[in-house]
Order: sequence, then C-alpha cells, then structure tokens
Amino acid sequence: MSGSARAGAMRDVAVIGAGPVGLFTVFALGQAGLDALVVDALDAPGGQCAALYAEKPIYDIPGRPSVTAAALVADLVQQAAPYAPLYLLSRRAVGLRQDGEGFRIALSDGSEAAARAVVVAAGAGAFGPNRPPLPGLAAFEGESLFYAVDDPERFRGQRVVIAGGGDSAADWAVILAARAAEVTLVHRRPVFRAAPATLGEIERLQKAGRIRIAAPRTLAGLAGTGGRIAAVRLGDGAGGEEEVAADALLCFYGLSKDLSALAGFGIDAGASGIPVDPASMQTRRAGVFAVGDIADYPGKLKLILTGFAEAARAAHSALALLRPEAARHFEHSTSRGDPAARAVQGGDPAARAVQGGDPAARVHA
Amino acid sequence: MTRLIVTAGDGTRHEVEAADGLSLMEALRPLDIGIAGECEGSAACASCHVWVADAWIARLPEPEDAEADMLDCAFNTRAGSRLSCQLRVGPELEGLEVTVPHA
Ligand SMILES: Cc1cc2nc3c(=O)[nH]c(=O)nc-3n(C[C@H](O)[C@H](O)[C@H](O)COP(=O)(O)OP(=O)(O)OC[C@H]3O[C@@H](n4cnc5c(N)ncnc54)[C@H](O)[C@@H]3O)c2cc1C
Ligand code: FES
Repeated sequence: MSGSARAGAMRDVAVIGAGPVGLFTVFALGQAGLDALVVDALDAPGGQCAALYAEKPIYDIPGRPSVTAAALVADLVQQAAPYAPLYLLSRRAVGLRQDGEGFRIALSDGSEAAARAVVVAAGAGAFGPNRPPLPGLAAFEGESLFYAVDDPERFRGQRVVIAGGGDSAADWAVILAARAAEVTLVHRRPVFRAAPATLGEIERLQKAGRIRIAAPRTLAGLAGTGGRIAAVRLGDGAGGEEEVAADALLCFYGLSKDLSALAGFGIDAGASGIPVDPASMQTRRAGVFAVGDIADYPGKLKLILTGFAEAARAAHSALALLRPEAARHFEHSTSRGDPAARAVQGGDPAARAVQGGDPAARVHA
Repeated sequence: MTRLIVTAGDGTRHEVEAADGLSLMEALRPLDIGIAGECEGSAACASCHVWVADAWIARLPEPEDAEADMLDCAFNTRAGSRLSCQLRVGPELEGLEVTVPHA
C-alpha cells in the first residue's frame, strides 16, 4: 500500500456515482452475488434526481405512473440496502490504477478504495459548487471565499458579500447580519427566491441598515492578496462597475458538474461521455464498465430507464469477469426471492456502512 | 423556417434558418458555438444561456419561474439573459438576434 488510508476492505465492485443508475447498479450487482462500494461527491445519494429536481414528479419510470425524484431515490436506496453497500460520500473519485487482479480508486480526501472491477455511473460528472468564472478565484477559495458555511462565527465583525438569489443566500444573509460588520447581498435581479418569513426578515434588516442589497448586480472581479479578499467588484450588466470593500465572499450559485476527475482513468471520458460496447457496457479498459447518462454508444437514449437496463447488463458482465468459474445459472428475481430476507440470513443489513454523509438523508429540495 | 441572427462568443455572426417547433437551444446547438444544452432543455444547467438583443427583450414571453431561478445561478447575466432551451422557434422569432456569452 502506498501510504494512503484505505476506505474499507476490498469489494467486488466499486461504483462511481450514486445517482439513480449507480444505486440500481448496486442492486443488480447484489442480485448477481457481488458486493459493492459506492463513491459520490455529494453528501447524499440520488445524483441529478436528488440535487436538481427532488420535488418534481417523474412520469416515465416503468410501472411508476408518477413518482417524485426524491421518492424514487429513497426507494432505490432501500432496494440496494439488503446488499449492504459501503457508501463513500462527500468525496470524488480522482484516480484509477490497476493493482494485481483489481483496482485502486484514489479519492479526493486522500484515501483509496479497492475493488476487483469498476462501474462508472458518473452521469454528467461530479457535482460540486458552481464557481463563478472570475480570474484568480482559486487563490481565495477556503481562505476568504466560500461555497458553504460551516461556522458562522468565522465571519464575526467581517464585511461579507453574499452572492446568489435563492434560499442559501437569503438564509445566510439573515444569519450573518447578526454577526458580521456589514452584509451585502448581490443578485442579478431584485427578486429573491426564499421562504416568505426570510424575505420579510431581509426587508426588515435592510431597513435597519444591517443588510445592503446590490441588485441588479453581478460579480465582476476580486481584489486582494495572499488569499485574503480586499474588495469585490460588481457589474451592473451594462458596462458599469462598483467596488465593495470586503473581507469575505460567499457564493451560492447552485451546483455544477465536473468530468475532469475521470480524465486520467484511461477510459476516454469526454464531453460526449464514455464510449462503451453496449453488449457488455465495458469501456476500453478491461474490468471497467460504464452505465447511465455517461455511457455512450450509437442510439443511446439518456433516460433513467435506459440506465437501469444498462446496470443489469453491467452486473452480468461483472459476474462473468469476476466469477468465471461460476456455472452460468440464471434466476429471475422472483425465483431468487426477497433480497431483504436473504440478506438477513446471509449477513446483517444493518452492517451497511456509510462514510461522509447519509444515504437515507432527505435530499436537498 | 425562421431566420435567426446569432453572434458567437468570439464575435463571429451566423445567420440560421431554424425549423419551427425546435427550442432555440436545439436550433443553436449544432452550430457548435458554445450552446451545450447539457440538461436537454430541463432548465437545470444554464449551458444554453444567451443574451437576446435589447429590442427583443420585451417581445419575448416572460421567463417562467424555473427559467428565472436557473438564470439566478448563471454567470455573466444581463437584462437580456434567457435560457435558449425555454424559447420555441416560430414566426414570432423571425429575425431574433442573440449573443452567446463568452465563457
Ligand atoms: C430537471 C431534470 C428533469 C429530468 N427528468 C427526467 C425524466 O422525466 N425522466 C428521465 O428518465 N430522466 C430525466 N432526467 C434525466 C435523469 O435525471 C438522468 O438521466 C439521470 O439522473 C442519470 O442518472 P445517472 O445515475 O447516470 O447520473 P446522475 O444522476 O448524473 O448521477 C451521477 C452521480 O455521480 C457523481 N459523480 C460523478 N463523477 C464522480 C466522481 N469522479 N467521483 C464521485 N462522484 C462522482 C455525481 O456527483 C452524481 O451524484 C431529468 C434531468 C433533469 C436535470
Ligand atoms: S439546456 Fe439546460 S438549462 Fe437549457
């Protein structure tokens, strides 16, 4: 081992991405008798369904005339649970290397996961904060520029600029108004999308001079040195700019997707996805499969239902690869019986392990 | 068919004859000038963000909540910012002028 920490024992398969298709892959692998770990950048499973449209009903899941994205994810987590997947949440898979018979997956927290095969279910890429395209931004990140607040006390007495127009921006403006020296709320339009009580509170704090609203304004640039912001430049969308002296900037522009982590996996991950052989879902690298939105082949339909079928196919391919000696016995799930009951016989479903998040957590609205 | 005038991020101008019924995103994506349409028109990615010319702002239907909320998470927004996937190509758009924001 190369000195980095191991995130759990070797599993049969590492699934990269806990979106709907990654979750169903865990189930399909379990049906094939293979155990899995699942890595996701987010702190809860569900992929796009959880992060982008949790409350929307989906109408084209076979056998489900209408199901909200959040409910579908909750059911997929439950369906996979008997197979006791190891969830490695809040971390990105950033590297893949061959190690004897299997693979080691480097994770963004510095640890490694080990598995004998890999299924990439990465959707459109790893979710992370949507970072404004400002020159020099990276130098301030984690020092004076943040995408989430872990401790509001950190901003006591500071001049804080908060950018964004949704719940997060509005909530933190109210909370920090009680601690910060100044709060400036920057938004592209004067309308904020937040709970009515929060909007009322913002109006009150604005009248009391505790919150200044800069709208319509957009972020135009940052000034400062050594990681410390000195001022934030705001544009008015018509060429005009103003500068706000500030100690910290909080950006709440939702999530963005990033495929770059997969670039070094040797599987030709690009803007149009990862090329696979649709008969096996195998990528160009032996033992590495891809399913769901990221898997690309002629005639691909990017739908959840397509991904489910691909998951089943990848599980069969993984079984043939990992248990070549096993007789090609096939059973329908009806013959195999209740996965939950079988898991109780064979092991303890409560042993399902989670690191870095909560698979049963209510997904963000 | 409807005629559209598109300025790309690098300043090049394109005249497009677009099939009525497509979304503006679908009409512009094949030009390969930075309209990715990553979420396939579900107002969930802003990769189809365009600036419509000032004269056109009031001529287009108002953005629905989903579009406005997604634009809140976009960068380089202006008064004429729209998600092109939420606009439908048809005779009302004849001569529409849009610019693709640089990055
Ligand atoms: C608003 C909206 C409405 C939609 N409506 C429908 C619909 O009605 N019907 C339908 O079939 N589809 C719909 N879709 C599309 C559907 O959501 C996707 O097809 C589906 O989510 C794809 O699932 P997936 O598991 O392949 O990928 P995703 O859901 O994208 O999940 C991928 C996961 O992988 C993680 N990940 C990626 N790379 C890494 C890495 N390197 N390390 C760690 N984690 C990583 C990401 O963080 C993400 O959580 C809709 C999409 C949107 C945005
Ligand atoms: S294509 Fe995603 S918002 Fe328009």
